Amino acid sequence: MTPQDAAVAPEAPVAEDPIKAQNSQVLALLTRLFGADTFTDVHEPYGLLTATTTRERIHEIIAGLQQDQELKFHFLTTMCGINYPENPSQELGMIYHLHSLTKNIRLRLKIFFPVADPVVPTLTDLYNTANWMEREAYDFYGVIFTGHPNLIRILNVEDMDYFPMRKQYPVEDGTREDKTDLFFGR
Amino acid sequence: MPILNDFSQELTTLNLGPTHPATHGIFQNILQMDGERIVSGVPTIGYIHRAFEKLAERKPFYQITTLTDRMNYCSSPINNLGWHMTVEKMLGVTVPKRAQYIRVIMMELARITDHLICNSILGVDTGAFTGFLYLFQEREKVYEIYEEVCGARLTTNMGRVGGMERDLSPVAIDKLRAWLKSFPVVMKEFESMFNRNRIFMDRVVNVGPISAEKALSYGFTGPNLRAAGVDYDVRVMNPYSSYEDFEFDIPVGTNGDTYDRFIVRNEEIWQSLRIINQALDRLPDGPYHADAPHYYLPDKPDVYKNMEALIYHFKIVMGEIDAPVGEVYHAVEGGNGELGFYLVSDGGRTPYRLHFRRPCFIYYQAYPEMAVGTTLSDAIVILSSMNVIAGELDA
Repeated sequence: MTPQDAAVAPEAPVAEDPIKAQNSQVLALLTRLFGADTFTDVHEPYGLLTATTTRERIHEIIAGLQQDQELKFHFLTTMCGINYPENPSQELGMIYHLHSLTKNIRLRLKIFFPVADPVVPTLTDLYNTANWMEREAYDFYGVIFTGHPNLIRILNVEDMDYFPMRKQYPVEDGTREDKTDLFFGR
Repeated sequence: MPILNDFSQELTTLNLGPTHPATHGIFQNILQMDGERIVSGVPTIGYIHRAFEKLAERKPFYQITTLTDRMNYCSSPINNLGWHMTVEKMLGVTVPKRAQYIRVIMMELARITDHLICNSILGVDTGAFTGFLYLFQEREKVYEIYEEVCGARLTTNMGRVGGMERDLSPVAIDKLRAWLKSFPVVMKEFESMFNRNRIFMDRVVNVGPISAEKALSYGFTGPNLRAAGVDYDVRVMNPYSSYEDFEFDIPVGTNGDTYDRFIVRNEEIWQSLRIINQALDRLPDGPYHADAPHYYLPDKPDVYKNMEALIYHFKIVMGEIDAPVGEVYHAVEGGNGELGFYLVSDGGRTPYRLHFRRPCFIYYQAYPEMAVGTTLSDAIVILSSMNVIAGELDA
Protein backbone atom coordinates (compact mmCIF):
# COMPACT_ATOMS: atom_id res chain seq x y z
CA MET A 1 0.00 0.00 0.00
CA THR A 2 1.49 3.33 -0.96
CA PRO A 3 0.87 6.44 1.11
CA GLN A 4 -1.33 7.72 -1.69
CA ASP A 5 -3.61 4.70 -1.31
CA ALA A 6 -3.73 5.28 2.42
CA ALA A 7 -4.88 8.80 1.77
CA VAL A 8 -7.84 7.57 -0.20
CA ALA A 9 -8.79 4.54 1.89
CA PRO A 10 -10.30 6.08 5.06
CA GLU A 11 -12.34 8.61 3.07
CA ALA A 12 -14.00 5.94 0.90
CA PRO A 13 -17.76 5.94 1.52
CA VAL A 14 -19.06 2.94 3.43
CA ALA A 15 -22.73 2.10 3.20
CA GLU A 16 -24.88 1.64 6.39
CA ASP A 17 -22.07 3.01 8.53
CA PRO A 18 -23.53 4.14 11.89
CA ILE A 19 -21.06 7.02 12.10
CA LYS A 20 -22.16 8.28 8.70
CA ALA A 21 -25.79 8.06 9.77
CA GLN A 22 -25.05 10.00 12.96
CA ASN A 23 -23.13 12.63 11.06
CA SER A 24 -25.96 13.15 8.60
CA GLN A 25 -28.32 13.51 11.57
CA VAL A 26 -26.11 16.21 13.09
CA LEU A 27 -25.74 17.92 9.75
CA ALA A 28 -29.52 17.95 9.30
CA LEU A 29 -29.86 19.51 12.74
CA LEU A 30 -27.20 22.11 11.98
CA THR A 31 -28.83 23.18 8.74
CA ARG A 32 -32.29 23.21 10.34
CA LEU A 33 -31.17 25.41 13.24
CA PHE A 34 -28.77 27.75 11.52
CA GLY A 35 -29.44 27.54 7.78
CA ALA A 36 -27.58 25.63 5.11
CA ASP A 37 -25.54 28.60 3.90
CA THR A 38 -23.94 29.08 7.33
CA PHE A 39 -21.63 26.13 6.83
CA THR A 40 -19.04 25.73 4.15
CA ASP A 41 -16.51 23.04 3.48
CA VAL A 42 -18.51 20.27 5.20
CA HIS A 43 -16.72 16.94 5.15
CA GLU A 44 -16.03 13.95 7.37
CA PRO A 45 -12.32 13.23 7.69
CA TYR A 46 -11.90 9.91 9.51
CA GLY A 47 -15.54 9.90 10.51
CA LEU A 48 -15.60 13.20 12.38
CA LEU A 49 -18.07 15.72 10.98
CA THR A 50 -16.24 18.96 10.20
CA ALA A 51 -17.75 22.24 9.12
CA THR A 52 -16.41 25.74 8.62
CA THR A 53 -18.43 28.75 9.66
CA THR A 54 -17.81 32.42 10.36
CA ARG A 55 -16.67 34.14 13.55
CA GLU A 56 -19.83 36.25 13.53
CA ARG A 57 -21.97 33.17 14.04
CA ILE A 58 -19.75 30.80 16.02
CA HIS A 59 -20.96 31.85 19.45
CA GLU A 60 -24.60 31.61 18.46
CA ILE A 61 -24.05 28.20 16.87
CA ILE A 62 -22.23 26.68 19.83
CA ALA A 63 -24.76 28.15 22.27
CA GLY A 64 -27.56 26.69 20.15
CA LEU A 65 -25.90 23.29 20.05
CA GLN A 66 -25.41 23.36 23.81
CA GLN A 67 -29.08 24.16 24.43
CA ASP A 68 -30.40 21.73 21.84
CA GLN A 69 -32.47 19.14 23.67
CA GLU A 70 -31.95 16.43 21.10
CA LEU A 71 -28.18 16.25 20.91
CA LYS A 72 -26.98 18.23 23.95
CA PHE A 73 -23.44 19.20 23.06
CA HIS A 74 -22.57 19.70 26.72
CA PHE A 75 -18.90 19.01 26.43
CA LEU A 76 -16.26 21.20 24.83
CA THR A 77 -13.48 18.73 24.26
CA THR A 78 -10.86 21.16 23.08
CA MET A 79 -10.24 24.28 21.06
CA CYS A 80 -7.05 25.40 19.43
CA GLY A 81 -5.71 27.94 17.01
CA ILE A 82 -4.10 27.35 13.65
CA ASN A 83 -2.13 29.53 11.28
CA TYR A 84 -2.15 29.39 7.46
CA PRO A 85 0.04 32.36 6.45
CA GLU A 86 -0.56 31.79 2.75
CA ASN A 87 -4.35 32.21 2.93
CA PRO A 88 -4.98 35.93 2.44
CA SER A 89 -7.41 37.44 4.98
CA GLN A 90 -7.91 33.98 6.50
CA GLU A 91 -4.51 33.53 8.08
CA LEU A 92 -5.65 32.56 11.53
CA GLY A 93 -8.19 29.98 12.56
CA MET A 94 -9.83 28.48 15.60
CA ILE A 95 -10.88 24.87 15.74
CA TYR A 96 -13.53 23.69 18.18
CA HIS A 97 -14.17 20.07 19.11
CA LEU A 98 -17.56 19.46 20.66
CA HIS A 99 -18.86 16.22 22.11
CA SER A 100 -22.39 15.16 22.85
CA LEU A 101 -21.94 12.70 25.70
CA THR A 102 -25.56 11.49 25.65
CA LYS A 103 -25.49 10.48 21.97
CA ASN A 104 -21.70 10.08 21.71
CA ILE A 105 -21.35 12.32 18.68
CA ARG A 106 -18.29 14.43 18.10
CA LEU A 107 -18.32 17.56 15.96
CA ARG A 108 -15.54 19.82 14.74
CA LEU A 109 -16.23 23.44 13.87
CA LYS A 110 -13.73 25.84 12.34
CA ILE A 111 -13.56 29.54 11.79
CA PHE A 112 -10.99 31.57 9.90
CA PHE A 113 -10.22 35.25 10.14
CA PRO A 114 -7.49 37.74 9.13
CA VAL A 115 -4.35 38.05 11.22
CA ALA A 116 -4.75 41.84 11.12
CA ASP A 117 -8.07 41.61 12.94
CA PRO A 118 -7.90 38.52 15.18
CA VAL A 119 -11.04 39.17 17.22
CA VAL A 120 -13.33 36.28 18.13
CA PRO A 121 -16.20 36.06 20.64
CA THR A 122 -15.41 34.21 23.83
CA LEU A 123 -17.08 30.98 24.88
CA THR A 124 -16.39 31.44 28.59
CA ASP A 125 -20.06 32.27 29.17
CA LEU A 126 -20.99 28.83 27.81
CA TYR A 127 -18.23 26.57 29.11
CA ASN A 128 -16.00 27.23 32.10
CA THR A 129 -13.31 25.19 30.44
CA ALA A 130 -13.03 27.69 27.57
CA ASN A 131 -11.20 30.09 29.86
CA TRP A 132 -7.76 28.53 29.77
CA MET A 133 -8.12 27.17 26.26
CA GLU A 134 -8.73 30.71 25.02
CA ARG A 135 -5.82 32.04 27.01
CA GLU A 136 -3.68 29.36 25.40
CA ALA A 137 -4.88 30.32 21.91
CA TYR A 138 -4.16 33.97 22.72
CA ASP A 139 -0.73 33.09 24.07
CA PHE A 140 0.26 31.05 21.02
CA TYR A 141 -1.54 32.78 18.15
CA GLY A 142 -2.62 36.19 19.39
CA VAL A 143 -6.32 35.52 18.95
CA ILE A 144 -8.26 38.11 20.95
CA PHE A 145 -11.43 36.83 22.57
CA THR A 146 -13.90 39.63 23.24
CA GLY A 147 -15.57 39.25 26.60
CA HIS A 148 -12.91 37.00 28.09
CA PRO A 149 -12.54 37.85 31.80
CA ASN A 150 -8.77 37.49 32.02
CA LEU A 151 -7.09 37.33 28.63
CA ILE A 152 -3.41 37.13 29.57
CA ARG A 153 -0.64 34.76 28.56
CA ILE A 154 -0.78 31.41 30.27
CA LEU A 155 2.19 29.21 29.34
CA ASN A 156 4.72 31.77 28.10
CA VAL A 157 6.24 34.62 30.04
CA GLU A 158 4.21 37.79 30.42
CA ASP A 159 6.67 40.14 28.71
CA MET A 160 6.89 38.15 25.48
CA ASP A 161 5.96 40.44 22.60
CA TYR A 162 5.12 37.98 19.84
CA PHE A 163 2.92 34.94 19.35
CA PRO A 164 5.28 32.00 19.00
CA MET A 165 3.08 29.40 17.31
CA ARG A 166 2.55 31.53 14.22
CA LYS A 167 4.38 30.08 11.26
CA GLN A 168 6.55 33.15 10.79
CA TYR A 169 8.56 32.17 13.86
CA PRO A 170 10.76 29.16 13.15
CA VAL A 171 11.67 26.79 15.95
CA GLU A 172 15.35 27.46 15.68
CA ASP A 173 17.15 30.75 15.73
CA GLY A 174 17.17 31.98 12.14
CA THR A 175 20.48 33.77 12.53
CA ARG A 176 22.46 30.63 13.20
CA GLU A 177 24.63 29.43 10.35
CA ASP A 178 26.20 26.31 11.83
CA LYS A 179 23.05 24.29 11.30
CA THR A 180 21.14 23.87 8.06
CA ASP A 181 17.58 22.84 7.52
CA LEU A 182 18.57 20.77 4.52
CA PHE A 183 17.90 17.34 5.96
CA PHE A 184 15.70 17.92 8.94
CA GLY A 185 12.32 19.33 9.65
CA ARG A 186 10.00 20.79 7.11
CA MET B 1 -7.77 55.65 60.31
CA PRO B 2 -7.54 51.83 60.48
CA ILE B 3 -8.02 50.11 63.77
CA LEU B 4 -4.67 48.58 64.46
CA ASN B 5 -5.80 45.72 66.59
CA ASP B 6 -8.49 44.50 64.23
CA PHE B 7 -6.84 41.67 62.41
CA SER B 8 -10.09 40.13 61.25
CA GLN B 9 -10.12 42.07 57.96
CA GLU B 10 -6.53 41.45 57.07
CA LEU B 11 -5.91 38.92 54.33
CA THR B 12 -2.68 37.01 53.98
CA THR B 13 -1.23 36.23 50.58
CA LEU B 14 0.28 32.80 50.53
CA ASN B 15 2.30 31.40 47.66
CA LEU B 16 1.68 27.67 47.51
CA GLY B 17 4.44 26.58 45.21
CA PRO B 18 5.98 26.84 42.60
CA THR B 19 8.32 24.32 44.22
CA HIS B 20 6.49 23.12 47.24
CA PRO B 21 6.55 19.36 47.90
CA ALA B 22 2.78 19.37 48.18
CA THR B 23 2.17 20.88 44.76
CA HIS B 24 3.44 17.71 43.05
CA GLY B 25 5.17 19.63 40.32
CA ILE B 26 6.23 23.10 39.39
CA PHE B 27 3.17 25.28 39.48
CA GLN B 28 2.06 28.05 41.75
CA ASN B 29 -1.14 28.89 43.56
CA ILE B 30 -1.40 32.40 44.94
CA LEU B 31 -3.89 32.05 47.76
CA GLN B 32 -5.62 34.81 49.67
CA MET B 33 -6.14 33.58 53.20
CA ASP B 34 -8.41 34.90 55.87
CA GLY B 35 -6.86 33.23 58.87
CA GLU B 36 -6.81 29.63 57.78
CA ARG B 37 -9.69 29.92 55.28
CA ILE B 38 -8.92 30.34 51.60
CA VAL B 39 -10.76 33.33 50.17
CA SER B 40 -9.52 33.20 46.61
CA GLY B 41 -6.85 31.52 44.57
CA VAL B 42 -5.03 32.22 41.34
CA PRO B 43 -3.15 29.38 39.69
CA THR B 44 -0.05 30.25 37.70
CA ILE B 45 1.33 27.65 35.35
CA GLY B 46 3.85 27.40 32.57
CA TYR B 47 7.02 26.92 34.61
CA ILE B 48 8.07 23.88 32.60
CA HIS B 49 6.47 24.80 29.30
CA ARG B 50 8.63 23.20 26.63
CA ALA B 51 6.72 24.18 23.48
CA PHE B 52 5.91 20.61 22.48
CA GLU B 53 3.28 21.71 20.00
CA LYS B 54 5.77 23.96 18.25
CA LEU B 55 8.55 21.36 18.37
CA ALA B 56 6.19 18.77 16.90
CA GLU B 57 5.84 20.89 13.77
CA ARG B 58 9.48 20.12 12.99
CA LYS B 59 9.72 16.49 13.96
CA PRO B 60 8.87 13.47 11.84
CA PHE B 61 5.96 11.48 13.18
CA TYR B 62 7.88 8.79 15.01
CA GLN B 63 10.18 11.32 16.69
CA ILE B 64 7.19 12.94 18.35
CA THR B 65 6.80 9.83 20.51
CA THR B 66 9.60 11.06 22.71
CA LEU B 67 7.74 14.31 23.27
CA THR B 68 4.54 12.55 24.27
CA ASP B 69 6.04 10.40 27.01
CA ARG B 70 7.31 13.53 28.73
CA MET B 71 3.79 14.89 29.14
CA ASN B 72 2.18 12.62 31.69
CA TYR B 73 5.35 10.97 32.93
CA CYS B 74 3.47 8.85 35.43
CA SER B 75 1.83 6.91 32.61
CA SER B 76 4.09 7.36 29.58
CA PRO B 77 2.94 4.29 27.61
CA ILE B 78 -0.60 5.65 27.30
CA ASN B 79 0.77 8.84 25.78
CA ASN B 80 3.10 6.97 23.43
CA LEU B 81 0.57 4.48 22.22
CA GLY B 82 -2.15 7.10 21.91
CA TRP B 83 0.12 9.06 19.63
CA HIS B 84 0.94 6.00 17.54
CA MET B 85 -2.75 5.21 17.22
CA THR B 86 -3.36 8.74 15.95
CA VAL B 87 -0.73 8.34 13.26
CA GLU B 88 -2.06 4.90 12.37
CA LYS B 89 -5.56 6.30 12.05
CA MET B 90 -4.27 8.97 9.72
CA LEU B 91 -2.21 6.57 7.63
CA GLY B 92 -4.92 3.92 7.56
CA VAL B 93 -2.72 1.22 9.09
CA THR B 94 -4.51 -1.74 10.68
CA VAL B 95 -2.69 -3.09 13.70
CA PRO B 96 -2.81 -6.87 14.24
CA LYS B 97 -4.73 -8.26 17.20
CA ARG B 98 -1.68 -9.40 19.12
CA ALA B 99 -0.16 -5.94 19.05
CA GLN B 100 -3.47 -4.44 20.11
CA TYR B 101 -3.68 -6.76 23.10
CA ILE B 102 -0.09 -6.04 24.09
CA ARG B 103 -0.91 -2.35 23.89
CA VAL B 104 -3.93 -2.83 26.10
CA ILE B 105 -1.78 -4.62 28.68
CA MET B 106 0.81 -1.85 28.62
CA MET B 107 -1.72 0.95 28.79
CA GLU B 108 -3.52 -0.64 31.74
CA LEU B 109 -0.22 -1.17 33.55
CA ALA B 110 0.46 2.51 33.00
CA ARG B 111 -2.97 3.44 34.35
CA ILE B 112 -2.29 1.37 37.46
CA THR B 113 1.05 3.05 38.10
CA ASP B 114 -0.50 6.45 37.56
CA HIS B 115 -3.26 5.75 40.07
CA LEU B 116 -0.82 4.12 42.51
CA ILE B 117 1.25 7.27 42.64
CA CYS B 118 -1.75 9.54 42.96
CA ASN B 119 -3.44 7.58 45.72
CA SER B 120 -0.35 6.79 47.72
CA ILE B 121 0.79 10.42 47.61
CA LEU B 122 -2.68 11.44 48.71
CA GLY B 123 -1.98 9.25 51.73
CA VAL B 124 1.31 11.05 52.30
CA ASP B 125 -0.44 14.40 52.13
CA THR B 126 -2.81 13.32 54.85
CA GLY B 127 0.12 12.16 56.96
CA ALA B 128 0.22 8.43 56.21
CA PHE B 129 3.59 7.58 54.76
CA THR B 130 3.39 3.80 54.98
CA GLY B 131 0.94 3.33 52.14
CA PHE B 132 3.25 5.19 49.83
CA LEU B 133 6.13 2.87 50.63
CA TYR B 134 3.94 -0.17 50.04
CA LEU B 135 2.75 0.98 46.63
CA PHE B 136 5.95 2.54 45.39
CA GLN B 137 7.59 -0.87 45.44
CA GLU B 138 4.84 -2.14 43.20
CA ARG B 139 5.46 0.68 40.77
CA GLU B 140 9.09 -0.36 40.62
CA LYS B 141 8.01 -3.86 39.65
CA VAL B 142 5.84 -2.51 36.85
CA TYR B 143 8.78 -0.46 35.66
CA GLU B 144 10.82 -3.64 35.52
CA ILE B 145 8.18 -5.05 33.22
CA TYR B 146 8.39 -1.95 31.02
CA GLU B 147 12.14 -2.38 30.97
CA GLU B 148 11.72 -5.94 29.76
CA VAL B 149 9.29 -4.81 27.04
CA CYS B 150 10.99 -1.72 25.65
CA GLY B 151 14.28 -1.20 27.47
CA ALA B 152 13.27 1.96 29.30
CA ARG B 153 11.58 2.57 32.60
CA LEU B 154 10.22 6.10 32.79
CA THR B 155 10.30 7.66 29.33
CA THR B 156 9.24 4.48 27.71
CA ASN B 157 9.00 5.41 24.00
CA MET B 158 6.93 2.27 23.66
CA GLY B 159 5.40 0.95 20.48
CA ARG B 160 5.94 1.94 16.88
CA VAL B 161 3.67 3.10 14.10
CA GLY B 162 2.04 -0.18 13.06
CA GLY B 163 2.42 -2.16 16.25
CA MET B 164 4.98 -2.79 18.95
CA GLU B 165 8.72 -2.51 18.60
CA ARG B 166 9.23 -5.98 20.03
CA ASP B 167 7.07 -8.91 20.95
CA LEU B 168 6.40 -9.62 24.62
CA SER B 169 9.38 -11.72 25.66
CA PRO B 170 8.87 -14.86 27.80
CA VAL B 171 10.70 -13.08 30.61
CA ALA B 172 8.31 -10.16 30.41
CA ILE B 173 5.31 -12.47 30.50
CA ASP B 174 6.77 -14.34 33.50
CA LYS B 175 7.37 -11.08 35.32
CA LEU B 176 3.90 -9.87 34.47
CA ARG B 177 2.29 -13.09 35.72
CA ALA B 178 4.27 -13.01 38.92
CA TRP B 179 3.30 -9.40 39.50
CA LEU B 180 -0.37 -10.10 38.78
CA LYS B 181 -0.22 -12.69 41.58
CA SER B 182 1.61 -10.61 44.14
CA PHE B 183 0.16 -7.17 43.54
CA PRO B 184 -3.50 -7.78 44.61
CA VAL B 185 -2.27 -8.78 48.07
CA VAL B 186 -0.47 -5.47 48.51
CA MET B 187 -3.36 -3.55 47.03
CA LYS B 188 -5.82 -5.18 49.41
CA GLU B 189 -3.56 -4.28 52.28
CA PHE B 190 -3.38 -0.70 51.07
CA GLU B 191 -7.14 -0.50 50.76
CA SER B 192 -7.71 -1.94 54.19
CA MET B 193 -5.29 0.64 55.50
CA PHE B 194 -7.15 3.58 53.96
CA ASN B 195 -10.66 2.92 52.71
CA ARG B 196 -12.42 2.87 56.08
CA ASN B 197 -9.71 4.58 58.08
CA ARG B 198 -11.30 7.07 60.46
CA ILE B 199 -8.45 9.59 60.34
CA PHE B 200 -8.17 9.41 56.59
CA MET B 201 -11.93 9.74 56.06
CA ASP B 202 -12.08 12.75 58.33
CA ARG B 203 -9.56 14.43 56.11
CA VAL B 204 -11.11 13.66 52.73
CA VAL B 205 -14.87 13.07 52.97
CA ASN B 206 -16.80 16.10 51.72
CA VAL B 207 -13.59 17.94 50.98
CA GLY B 208 -13.53 19.73 47.62
CA PRO B 209 -16.74 18.35 46.17
CA ILE B 210 -17.70 19.26 42.64
CA SER B 211 -21.07 18.65 41.02
CA ALA B 212 -21.46 16.75 37.78
CA GLU B 213 -22.65 19.83 35.88
CA LYS B 214 -19.73 21.90 37.10
CA ALA B 215 -17.30 19.11 36.32
CA LEU B 216 -18.62 18.79 32.78
CA SER B 217 -18.52 22.52 32.25
CA TYR B 218 -14.93 22.59 33.45
CA GLY B 219 -14.06 19.83 31.00
CA PHE B 220 -13.26 17.18 33.60
CA THR B 221 -12.66 13.70 32.27
CA GLY B 222 -11.29 10.50 33.68
CA PRO B 223 -11.45 9.58 37.38
CA ASN B 224 -12.17 13.17 38.41
CA LEU B 225 -15.33 13.27 36.30
CA ARG B 226 -16.37 9.75 37.20
CA ALA B 227 -16.04 10.58 40.89
CA ALA B 228 -18.70 13.24 40.28
CA GLY B 229 -21.04 10.57 38.95
CA VAL B 230 -20.67 10.79 35.17
CA ASP B 231 -19.73 7.45 33.65
CA TYR B 232 -17.81 8.84 30.69
CA ASP B 233 -14.92 6.64 29.72
CA VAL B 234 -13.26 6.86 26.31
CA ARG B 235 -12.46 3.15 26.45
CA VAL B 236 -16.18 2.37 26.44
CA MET B 237 -17.59 5.22 24.39
CA ASN B 238 -15.04 5.24 21.58
CA PRO B 239 -13.18 1.95 21.95
CA TYR B 240 -9.70 1.74 20.50
CA SER B 241 -7.10 -1.00 20.41
CA SER B 242 -9.66 -3.81 21.04
CA TYR B 243 -11.00 -2.50 24.34
CA GLU B 244 -14.41 -3.72 23.20
CA ASP B 245 -13.14 -7.31 23.63
CA PHE B 246 -12.77 -7.02 27.38
CA GLU B 247 -15.19 -6.99 30.25
CA PHE B 248 -14.75 -4.27 32.80
CA ASP B 249 -16.88 -1.88 34.82
CA ILE B 250 -16.68 1.88 35.10
CA PRO B 251 -16.56 2.83 38.78
CA VAL B 252 -18.47 6.04 39.50
CA GLY B 253 -18.70 8.14 42.63
CA THR B 254 -21.61 10.21 43.91
CA ASN B 255 -20.61 13.68 45.04
CA GLY B 256 -17.18 14.14 43.51
CA ASP B 257 -15.29 14.84 46.72
CA THR B 258 -11.74 13.86 47.49
CA TYR B 259 -12.79 10.56 49.00
CA ASP B 260 -14.75 9.64 45.87
CA ARG B 261 -11.79 10.41 43.67
CA PHE B 262 -9.60 8.20 45.86
CA ILE B 263 -12.08 5.33 45.82
CA VAL B 264 -12.71 5.61 42.07
CA ARG B 265 -9.00 5.36 41.40
CA ASN B 266 -8.66 2.35 43.67
CA GLU B 267 -11.55 0.67 41.90
CA GLU B 268 -10.06 1.47 38.52
CA ILE B 269 -6.88 -0.30 39.54
CA TRP B 270 -8.92 -3.46 40.12
CA GLN B 271 -10.68 -3.04 36.78
CA SER B 272 -7.36 -2.55 35.04
CA LEU B 273 -6.11 -5.76 36.62
CA ARG B 274 -9.20 -7.51 35.26
CA ILE B 275 -8.44 -6.21 31.77
CA ILE B 276 -4.77 -7.24 31.96
CA ASN B 277 -5.71 -10.72 33.10
CA GLN B 278 -8.19 -11.12 30.26
CA ALA B 279 -5.76 -9.77 27.68
CA LEU B 280 -2.93 -11.97 28.88
CA ASP B 281 -5.06 -15.10 28.94
CA ARG B 282 -6.45 -14.46 25.48
CA LEU B 283 -3.28 -13.06 23.93
CA PRO B 284 -3.60 -14.09 20.27
CA ASP B 285 -0.76 -15.56 18.27
CA GLY B 286 0.45 -13.84 15.17
CA PRO B 287 2.53 -10.86 14.21
CA TYR B 288 3.15 -8.06 16.67
CA HIS B 289 3.23 -5.36 14.04
CA ALA B 290 1.44 -4.51 10.82
CA ASP B 291 2.85 -5.32 7.42
CA ALA B 292 3.44 -1.68 6.65
CA PRO B 293 6.98 -1.33 5.31
CA HIS B 294 6.55 2.37 4.61
CA TYR B 295 6.13 3.10 8.29
CA TYR B 296 7.44 0.18 10.34
CA LEU B 297 11.20 -0.11 10.67
CA PRO B 298 12.35 -3.42 9.07
CA ASP B 299 14.24 -6.09 11.01
CA LYS B 300 17.94 -5.34 11.23
CA PRO B 301 19.12 -8.62 9.58
CA ASP B 302 16.86 -7.79 6.65
CA VAL B 303 18.44 -4.39 6.27
CA TYR B 304 21.82 -6.03 5.71
CA LYS B 305 20.60 -8.47 3.07
CA ASN B 306 17.56 -7.00 1.43
CA MET B 307 17.63 -3.91 -0.80
CA GLU B 308 13.98 -2.97 -0.19
CA ALA B 309 14.43 -3.21 3.56
CA LEU B 310 17.50 -0.99 3.32
CA ILE B 311 15.58 1.64 1.37
CA TYR B 312 12.67 1.60 3.78
CA HIS B 313 15.02 1.70 6.75
CA PHE B 314 16.75 4.75 5.30
CA LYS B 315 13.52 6.53 4.46
CA ILE B 316 12.00 5.90 7.87
CA VAL B 317 15.13 6.92 9.76
CA MET B 318 15.41 10.10 7.71
CA GLY B 319 11.78 10.82 8.50
CA GLU B 320 10.54 10.65 4.94
CA ILE B 321 7.17 9.18 5.75
CA ASP B 322 4.70 10.80 3.43
CA ALA B 323 1.41 11.34 5.14
CA PRO B 324 -1.95 11.96 3.53
CA VAL B 325 -3.39 15.45 3.62
CA GLY B 326 -6.07 15.73 6.24
CA GLU B 327 -6.87 16.12 9.88
CA VAL B 328 -7.51 13.53 12.53
CA TYR B 329 -8.54 13.61 16.17
CA HIS B 330 -7.91 10.55 18.27
CA ALA B 331 -8.60 10.25 21.96
CA VAL B 332 -7.47 7.67 24.49
CA GLU B 333 -8.33 7.32 28.14
CA GLY B 334 -5.21 8.58 29.83
CA GLY B 335 -4.47 8.29 33.51
CA ASN B 336 -6.21 11.61 34.10
CA GLY B 337 -8.89 11.49 31.45
CA GLU B 338 -9.40 12.03 27.77
CA LEU B 339 -5.99 12.48 26.20
CA GLY B 340 -6.59 13.70 22.67
CA PHE B 341 -4.32 14.27 19.71
CA TYR B 342 -5.48 16.65 17.02
CA LEU B 343 -3.20 16.29 14.03
CA VAL B 344 -3.38 18.41 10.89
CA SER B 345 -1.26 17.16 8.03
CA ASP B 346 -0.48 18.99 4.81
CA GLY B 347 1.15 15.94 3.28
CA GLY B 348 4.61 16.73 4.58
CA ARG B 349 6.87 14.59 6.71
CA THR B 350 5.96 16.48 9.88
CA PRO B 351 2.57 17.57 11.23
CA TYR B 352 1.37 20.95 10.05
CA ARG B 353 -0.27 21.46 13.42
CA LEU B 354 -0.44 19.16 16.40
CA HIS B 355 -2.58 19.98 19.38
CA PHE B 356 -2.56 17.88 22.52
CA ARG B 357 -5.76 17.81 24.51
CA ARG B 358 -4.09 17.49 27.90
CA PRO B 359 -6.68 16.61 30.54
CA CYS B 360 -4.65 18.21 33.37
CA PHE B 361 -4.42 21.52 31.58
CA ILE B 362 -8.14 21.63 31.03
CA TYR B 363 -9.44 20.71 34.45
CA TYR B 364 -6.84 22.31 36.67
CA GLN B 365 -8.55 25.68 36.24
CA ALA B 366 -11.35 24.37 38.45
CA TYR B 367 -8.97 24.05 41.37
CA PRO B 368 -9.47 27.55 42.89
CA GLU B 369 -13.20 27.06 42.87
CA MET B 370 -12.85 23.73 44.64
CA ALA B 371 -10.39 25.07 47.19
CA VAL B 372 -12.09 28.34 48.09
CA GLY B 373 -13.79 28.15 51.48
CA THR B 374 -11.66 25.29 52.71
CA THR B 375 -8.53 25.42 54.81
CA LEU B 376 -4.98 25.18 53.60
CA SER B 377 -4.61 21.56 54.66
CA ASP B 378 -7.77 20.69 52.71
CA ALA B 379 -6.49 22.55 49.67
CA ILE B 380 -3.38 20.35 49.65
CA VAL B 381 -5.49 17.22 49.77
CA ILE B 382 -7.78 18.43 46.98
CA LEU B 383 -4.81 19.23 44.76
CA SER B 384 -3.34 15.84 45.49
CA SER B 385 -6.53 13.98 44.65
CA MET B 386 -6.93 15.81 41.32
CA ASN B 387 -3.67 14.25 40.17
CA VAL B 388 -2.30 17.25 38.32
CA ILE B 389 0.90 16.30 36.51
CA ALA B 390 3.05 19.33 35.75
CA GLY B 391 4.43 17.89 32.53
CA GLU B 392 0.96 17.40 31.14
CA LEU B 393 -0.25 20.73 32.46
CA ASP B 394 2.43 22.71 30.67
CA ALA B 395 3.51 20.49 27.78
